[in-house]
Amino acid sequence: MTSETLEQGATRALDGRTRKMSTGRLGDRLFGLSAKGSGILLLVIMAAIAVFLIVKAVPALRADKANFLTSQEWNPDAAQSRFGIAQLTFGTVLSSVLALILATPVAVGIALFIAFYAPRRLADGLGYVVDLLAAVPSIVYGLWGLQFFVPKMNGVATFLHDDFGWIPLFGGDTVGGQCILTASIVLAIMILPIISSITREIFLQVPRANIEAALALGATRWEVIRMAVLPFGRSGMISASMLGLGRALGETIAVALVLGTASGISLHLLKPGGNTFAANIANTFAMAGKIGQSALIASGLVLFVITLLVNMAARAVISRRKEFV
Amino acid sequence: MAKRIEVSGLNAYYGKTRAIEDISMTIEPRSVTAFIGPSGCGKSTFLRTLNRMHEVIPGARVEGKVLLDDLDLYGPDVDPVAVRRVIGMVFQRPNPFPTMSIYENVVAGLKLNGVRRKAQLDEIVEKSLRGANLWNEVKDRLGRPGAGLSGGQQQRLCIARAIAVEPQVLLMDEPCSALDPISTLAIEDLIASLKDQYTIVIVTHNMQQAARVSDRTAFFNLAGPGKPGRMVEIDETNKIFTNPGEKATEDYITGRFG
Amino acid sequence: MSTVNLTGPSGIRKFKDKLAFVAVCAAFALAVIPLVTLLYTVIKNGAKRFDMEFFTHSMNAIGGRDAGGGAYHAIIGTIEQVGLASVISIPIGVLTAVYLVEYGGGRRLARIVTFFVDVMTGVPSIVSGLFVFAFWIALLGFEYMGFAGSLALAVLMLPTVVRATEEMLKLVPNDLREASYALGVPRWRTICFVILPTAFTGIITGVMLAIARVMGETAPLLMTVFVTTAINNSPFKGPQMALPLFVWDQAQLPQQVAIDRAWAGALTLILFVMLLNLAARLIARLRKPVSR
Repeated sequence: MTSETLEQGATRALDGRTRKMSTGRLGDRLFGLSAKGSGILLLVIMAAIAVFLIVKAVPALRADKANFLTSQEWNPDAAQSRFGIAQLTFGTVLSSVLALILATPVAVGIALFIAFYAPRRLADGLGYVVDLLAAVPSIVYGLWGLQFFVPKMNGVATFLHDDFGWIPLFGGDTVGGQCILTASIVLAIMILPIISSITREIFLQVPRANIEAALALGATRWEVIRMAVLPFGRSGMISASMLGLGRALGETIAVALVLGTASGISLHLLKPGGNTFAANIANTFAMAGKIGQSALIASGLVLFVITLLVNMAARAVISRRKEFV
Repeated sequence: MAKRIEVSGLNAYYGKTRAIEDISMTIEPRSVTAFIGPSGCGKSTFLRTLNRMHEVIPGARVEGKVLLDDLDLYGPDVDPVAVRRVIGMVFQRPNPFPTMSIYENVVAGLKLNGVRRKAQLDEIVEKSLRGANLWNEVKDRLGRPGAGLSGGQQQRLCIARAIAVEPQVLLMDEPCSALDPISTLAIEDLIASLKDQYTIVIVTHNMQQAARVSDRTAFFNLAGPGKPGRMVEIDETNKIFTNPGEKATEDYITGRFG
Repeated sequence: MSTVNLTGPSGIRKFKDKLAFVAVCAAFALAVIPLVTLLYTVIKNGAKRFDMEFFTHSMNAIGGRDAGGGAYHAIIGTIEQVGLASVISIPIGVLTAVYLVEYGGGRRLARIVTFFVDVMTGVPSIVSGLFVFAFWIALLGFEYMGFAGSLALAVLMLPTVVRATEEMLKLVPNDLREASYALGVPRWRTICFVILPTAFTGIITGVMLAIARVMGETAPLLMTVFVTTAINNSPFKGPQMALPLFVWDQAQLPQQVAIDRAWAGALTLILFVMLLNLAARLIARLRKPVSR
């Protein structure tokens, strides 16, 4: 197939050349320029995202009578515009970090299962099953979360509150399914595939020689994993979960549907309500006035910066690892 | 603490293909036994059946008996993990754990077996590294990564790691093939000094090496093109290299092979 | 150490080994449970309204309480928006990948572009919607329209297309390039007629996965496409609908008939996405790219 493609391609390519000898030079330049231009365009888009968000955020930031970073209010369209991102930051970080804590051990377990425990012939298929989780659109997670999972979580929340209410996280006056814990579990399910597929890639790179060395010392399968696999994959696992964190921070629709609308800062994970950057934008954008839209853009800018930092840190860990091993 | 290995009627398979056929031999304790023969004749496969490393490859299996003194390694209630604990192995390419220091590499096997006391570990590390002729070179940098050593030092570190758990038998799969001549010499000296305590089996491509280090030598060959490997003969190394019993052995050691 | 025990490692070690096995299997099961219940509930609930009316009618003049109605307008919108997003992002993405693999060669600009492609993968979808809103609607003064949604989706598709194409181009063996240059074929013709065709199936697979991914995006459409109940065939004039928006809209209504429509919409969406995924993987399996 290789040589056939080459022959056909070369014939086609040379056909054009014999017809018009100068095509080569000019064509090369034009093509090279458009390829390079596309690369530059991509950078321009990234810069434009930042620039336009800033430009459109400024009017609201000017009008804001409250402290943008520390205020818990969100009334940008009031006569006295007052809004701040404190509760949004809190809700976003709390739900994402919780999702990360829930998802990472499971994702590493899945990666280990597929890489070392599952029969080799099944491994690809099982990996595909996990990837399917990533293919489900977030709106479907949201609908499923709201209609199927929240009612289930109502019972769980009551149970946790009644029997483990002495743990501050499960305390509070009211409990219900539309709470941060539910949102975090849905987020955890959504970021499982990305963490487990990257971790699996790293695990498959563990040199055979190291695994055999551990086996030859008389290690059980679990000890081989402890000795040779996990230490080798540590930085990979860190960056994989950071990429998962980035995903969770920016996830919008599922959280917007699952969470109740009450707002405020509370460490009670079972209390209905809570808000995140993305959910707040999705829920209120349609009703917002000019300053309101601008305020939402300002909060979106903050979200953009946070996810950017998390993703850059994750990439930095990965690229440092490449030099290391 | 060295033990005798007795192999009888051993066949090893990769899936449906038979890799080695009907091997029987006795490996004497406190001696070095070398396996020589052309590439792909099953020496390494056979070596890996002696500590049940063969079966870690998917689809690989073994038929026959391997007795360690009077215990059958392939007996029904034998756990391969325990077998590998008693029969150590050194590989073709040095494979220290890249994320561990020199010290951690040596104690890796001990930690598995629950040795935790610092003083005891320190003592064993020194003893094993001395045993592997590496102590003087690394005693000041035990905390440094094992992967930072030279190839020959890494291989001696792997030997130290293998002898730290005091195995009954030490299997070496072409331990010098990735090393330069000076490192090779160091390893060969080491083998000579280890044989007082261990039963050593070494696979080698290098006939001079077999002649230098081993007491007994087994010659392996393919039964024919596309057929499984088999053992042609085993005898005192001296006899194999001066007056072999089989024509095929003589052809191989005199270079008139094939 | 003279007696040898071959019955295995100590009880505690065996126990830990078993425990790890159980834990790892449980982790996998934990991932499968949501997938199965999700697919089951979507199919079960979606089937109720998965009928002809759903695919041939819009929601025009149908209130939340009324039964009937359909997602025809949303399906039209999704196909047009995703189609336009592909038309925008595929050429730019493929050309960028060509630049990175065939021209970049570790140059500074190429390294920066590679880094930002990675970073772009992590841009939250709602941010891309805000960006297009700020640029296209607030600044340039256009109205809400399908095309604005396409722009936002294109931003999300772009890094995926670049990545997929880059991977495939890297798999094309170097001999092929050299052989073609040796025949005196200019570089751009080599790329267009030798290298890209060789990597074609792989690129198609990657592009289809990228399309499947953006097809389910809701957030960026909220502030670009807006919502409508009527059929609007033009992506360049006035608000449109899209399947994810339809689900979002109906899911927030209290009536069961609306929730049923949301489920039917979710089922339709999942079928689209899964079919694209499946087709992409089938193509990838049928013709593996040349590699060595």
